Amino acid sequence: MAENRGWDEFDAGAILFTFNEKVDNIATTLAEDRPYSSSSSFTASVGDWRIEKPIFNKDYCIDCQFCWIYCPDVSIIARDKKMIGIDFDHCKGCGICVEVCPTNPKSLLMFGEHLDDDECLASWPEKDEKEV
Amino acid sequence: MSEIKKIKNLKEFSTSADRFEGANLLCPGCAHSIIVREVLNATNDDLVIGASTGCLEVCTAVYPYTSWDASWIHIGFENGSTAVAGAEAMYKALKSKGRLPQPDRTPKFVTFAGDGATYDIGFQWISGCFERGHDMMYVCLDNEVYANTGGQRSSSTPVGSSTTTAPAGRVSYGEKKEKKDMIAIMAAHGSPYVAQVAPNKWKDMVKKIQHGFQVEGPVFINAISPCTTEWKFAPEDTMMITDLSTDSLVFPLYEIIDGHELNITYRPKNVIPVVDYLGAQGRFKHLFKPENKHILDGWQTRVDRNWELLQRREEARV
Ligand code: SF4
Ligand code: SF4
Repeated sequence: MAENRGWDEFDAGAILFTFNEKVDNIATTLAEDRPYSSSSSFTASVGDWRIEKPIFNKDYCIDCQFCWIYCPDVSIIARDKKMIGIDFDHCKGCGICVEVCPTNPKSLLMFGEHLDDDECLASWPEKDEKEV
Repeated sequence: MSEIKKIKNLKEFSTSADRFEGANLLCPGCAHSIIVREVLNATNDDLVIGASTGCLEVCTAVYPYTSWDASWIHIGFENGSTAVAGAEAMYKALKSKGRLPQPDRTPKFVTFAGDGATYDIGFQWISGCFERGHDMMYVCLDNEVYANTGGQRSSSTPVGSSTTTAPAGRVSYGEKKEKKDMIAIMAAHGSPYVAQVAPNKWKDMVKKIQHGFQVEGPVFINAISPCTTEWKFAPEDTMMITDLSTDSLVFPLYEIIDGHELNITYRPKNVIPVVDYLGAQGRFKHLFKPENKHILDGWQTRVDRNWELLQRREEARV
């Protein structure tokens, strides 16, 4: 049975703490070193929103970081100025990273969510001569 | 004064540790979070952030989650500005009394709000903050519509756009009023810095945000934020639409210092016709019917006139 409470008996507002302990310099602490609490959406996932997923082929990547800056969902993992992969817990499959990737062939392409990553990489297109 | 974060190029920028998290509930391809990331990553200083009701607010603080790694507050639709102004006033008071727990830190006070909260509902509150001269930055995420509540027109909605409260159909071509010139209004408050930015031009954005954080007083930033849902384009095209908006000069990038010194900060090498921008979005589809040709012509005339005006003002320095 839910407890019945009057309109004036609820807590006013809500406070959520992002971290479990004090972080002194958040702006210079990378995600892997942060003590995220279960209130941070970092600990949640929107992976099931995707119908298609971006696959990263590092053979063609020039580390330009266009995908990093334009990914709306903080899902391109860049460390030490290198693009190292995709965070599939937070990627919504929008496809922006693929559109902005400047290499030929692209270093990122969208594939069906259900497909096997290795098979996707094996089916990577050749350089498009028309585009040069 | 605080140290300015060094961001020479995109590689260096990509070493930033984001203070905005994924698994928020913004639509796939939403430009809001691209803008927020560019703004927050422009500084390493502590941040005190407020948000007015709008897409960004409802999607990044869905109980029991928050997507913010900084002090963040939401109160109402109208008062994202005054909430942050209040925090800033308290900070100043504690500082003058010597009661700051960490006096060496130089926090920045930022409000994010959509165009509904900025151009309409929060207008009086923003005006008050700017008149009182709080040391804060107000960033309007301008997607030209009330996207959070189902696509109603706001006073930022441009002519000819089809919205749920100004729909295009047999008797109407959609919105009939011109977009409010909020940048001119905020410059007229004598603000030390107002600027228009776009997420595709990240370098220009970072430069302006860093300048805004350095000056003392209320700073107004208008950021174009293409909305995949209400502007009706595919999520992967967000950056392409942004490019069209800046390169057609529908969204010229400029700044106004101390209410009078206007500088254009981006001059496209190839200016593209306004119809290319309009034609890429479903909200303007009906304008391409023969009976609406005059609306399309009017668009180009208006954009040309505005560009001319900006250039004259840049020269005149008045
Ligand atoms: S598909 Fe979208 S959300 Fe996923 S990594 Fe690419 S840009 Fe980010
Ligand atoms: S946009 Fe393409 S080339 Fe550039 S860093 Fe990303 S994957 Fe690599």
